[in-house]
Amino acid sequence: MVQYDRARFDASFAALSDATRRGVLEQLGRADASITDLAEKFHMTLTGMKKHVGVLEQAGLVTTEKVGRVRTCKLGLRRLEEEAAWIERYRQLWAARFDELDKVVEELKRKEKVDGRKKRG
Amino acid sequence: MDARKEGDRTTVKRKSDRELVVTRTFDGPARLVFEAWAKPELLKRWWAPKSAGVSLISCEADVRVGGSYRFEFGHEGSRLMAFYGKYIEVTPYSRLVWTNEESDDGAVTTVTFEEKAGKTLLVLHELYPSKEALDAAIAGMEGGMPETFAQLDELLVALGV
Repeated sequence: MVQYDRARFDASFAALSDATRRGVLEQLGRADASITDLAEKFHMTLTGMKKHVGVLEQAGLVTTEKVGRVRTCKLGLRRLEEEAAWIERYRQLWAARFDELDKVVEELKRKEKVDGRKKRG
Repeated sequence: MDARKEGDRTTVKRKSDRELVVTRTFDGPARLVFEAWAKPELLKRWWAPKSAGVSLISCEADVRVGGSYRFEFGHEGSRLMAFYGKYIEVTPYSRLVWTNEESDDGAVTTVTFEEKAGKTLLVLHELYPSKEALDAAIAGMEGGMPETFAQLDELLVALGV
């Protein structure tokens, strides 16, 4: 089972406590954007936006990548990781069910064989 | 793990924003695998494996078109949750479709049974009404998510992120 740490949760919570940062996440949910784009959209200085993005990055909610002179921001991997962990747990649930179902099918097969012999006999 | 076991592995894929697909091959003819889904006395023997941490308290399933099902789960004698809905398609040995009516975000589940050389490929397909409904199911799966993360997810939903 995946362990999530408290510190990261606190960082996420702090990151989300600010309206601009929530707006940035919403924006990045629609499309990746550069810091310059975000600064313009939120009527902010480049330095101010860099700070906000830094907080979101610390919390794992956003990742950034610098290509040439442009730093592009996108939603962090964390939510994707959560989904992958959930899908694995869901798979384990079905695998456990199906292992039991195997036993039921085996039993039905045996029963059918016995009944078949009875009918012939 | 031996080769046969390997081939029987259960797979789960998020096929799209709204769909989950589970597959598994069983060593038996489709009519027997289907029977294990269509008779409640057989269904209840495998639906709540020990590792799920809950037990099936009651299991009613009227496997006919328009028939209802209701599974009640509990832990140490107390009722925890119920899972219910209706069968909307029942084609013996090949196809079962049911709805889930606990909420408006419930999935429609289609199970197909395809027999080949005495083995049966089972494909379980869940179609959610929206991307948000499947995302919420993933975020809120019972016992799946630690409490703090469930809270964070609620917050994200509330914030419209």
